[in-house]
Amino acid sequence: MLIKNPGDIASSEITPESVYLDRRRFMRGTGTLALGSLLAACGESGTAHATAPAAPDIKGKPLEFNPVAANADNPFYTAEAKTPYGDVTQYNNFYEFGTGKDDPARYAKNLTTSPWQVEVDGEVDKPGRYNLEDILAKNPLEERIYRLRCVEAWSMVIPWVGFPLGKMLQQFEPRSSARYVKFETLVRPKEMRGQRSFSSTIDWPYEEGLRMDEAMHPLAFMATGLYGHEIPKQNGAPLRLVVPWKYGFKSIKSIVRISFTEKQPRTSWEQIAPHEYGFYANVNPEVDHPRWSQASERRLPSSLFAPNRIDTQMFNGYGDQVASLYSGMDLARHY
Amino acid sequence: MKKLFLCLLLALPALGLLIGALNNSLGPDPADVLVDESGEWALRLLCLTLSVSPLAALCRRVAWLNTVRPLHYRRIIGVSTWVYAVLHFLSYSTFLLGWRWAELGEELVERPYITVGFAALLLLTPLAITSTDGMVRRLKRRWKTLHRLVYPIALLVIAHIVWQIRSDAGEAIIYSVILLALLAWRLRRH
Repeated sequence: MLIKNPGDIASSEITPESVYLDRRRFMRGTGTLALGSLLAACGESGTAHATAPAAPDIKGKPLEFNPVAANADNPFYTAEAKTPYGDVTQYNNFYEFGTGKDDPARYAKNLTTSPWQVEVDGEVDKPGRYNLEDILAKNPLEERIYRLRCVEAWSMVIPWVGFPLGKMLQQFEPRSSARYVKFETLVRPKEMRGQRSFSSTIDWPYEEGLRMDEAMHPLAFMATGLYGHEIPKQNGAPLRLVVPWKYGFKSIKSIVRISFTEKQPRTSWEQIAPHEYGFYANVNPEVDHPRWSQASERRLPSSLFAPNRIDTQMFNGYGDQVASLYSGMDLARHY
Repeated sequence: MKKLFLCLLLALPALGLLIGALNNSLGPDPADVLVDESGEWALRLLCLTLSVSPLAALCRRVAWLNTVRPLHYRRIIGVSTWVYAVLHFLSYSTFLLGWRWAELGEELVERPYITVGFAALLLLTPLAITSTDGMVRRLKRRWKTLHRLVYPIALLVIAHIVWQIRSDAGEAIIYSVILLALLAWRLRRH
């Protein structure tokens, strides 16, 4: 059943935009001229809040979707507190727009997301260039509330809107020789300033991949929205992957190409630092990143005096659903 | 008066961060912001401290800059470098690690970029302690020898930032080039 859902977040849960505007101003201030930030902060009691819009605003078109069933044993749902919309959309890793957490929110505006096509090739019976509208026409939207665990040891809880990845992949009719699926992000340096960086070691396009059985798993998801609305550009519009049991970098954004392959594809982070980032990248508290511990995480938003630090769960808490995919594998070796 | 003004100026970034922390306006992950910003300011101030001698040499050579005495301000900049390095360490161990001693010990041993960063802070500390006039007098010639520690400190700091590069080396390269250029200038003079 499709029902119109304007988003189920209570206005009290959302941090007012003015607070975020202040924060952007502050962060820019400390980076360049501390005096400016000090004045901005001091002036707060006066005018800073008055000029910013007070209403929390979720950007983008509201979507029609099937809401997730809110019961405790539904793996597509969690009752944990959702990370506020402002944090989800203003604290991002999307290196195509810069390596700072606030770079994507600041610079992704220039990205053209319509028209959008996805090239499908490799071991597949229906290769071709698919218009996004045609993909969407075949895949009704539903909601998932997932934990997202970044390899940098922070995490969020995000209400996504989209459709199951496996269902879409089947529409392309992969052959039995297809053992892996590879994804590529758009390359458009004119609109993606991070791709123009002289010092980046990423060999664009950003590439990610899954084993076919991982891709077909019901938890694997293609998102086109969050918080009931069209997905913002900084979060990977118009089409991004969400694989909740793996570190966030597997959940590739702004996808333009899907290739079915016989051999395990080479992923971008594997290429940059193979000893730090593996192909599997399953969330695993027992296997540390060489430069930091993965045993715990900061659930955002966190605060200084009550840091929201929680234990990291195996497979990000989705072990009951996905552990069988890896039975017999040494997860310390296949990290 | 000028020195007091400089002290206030150097305190501004810390004040800005303090206000941000009290205001809860540092974003969803304030601990990370505090650690990053205090560390980056320590790095900037280290570059500035090491720039004072070359600047002084320049001022001596250029007629219209003869009245400027950069060396008068070196101590303040140097001590503030140490203060920001201490803030960097304290915010890391308080807000990111929550003073869990076992974890702190583990990080110091197992993560080389933290080991070298901590070594740089340890070496900076005697320089800050011996920055008073009394200490300068008491140590005489040894004071200058002791304060040459700033060169290995700069190298440790370079290792600390280069070891943290993930996919973009931009900032690390810029700061390393500045520090290496400032060290090279000294080698040329010796």
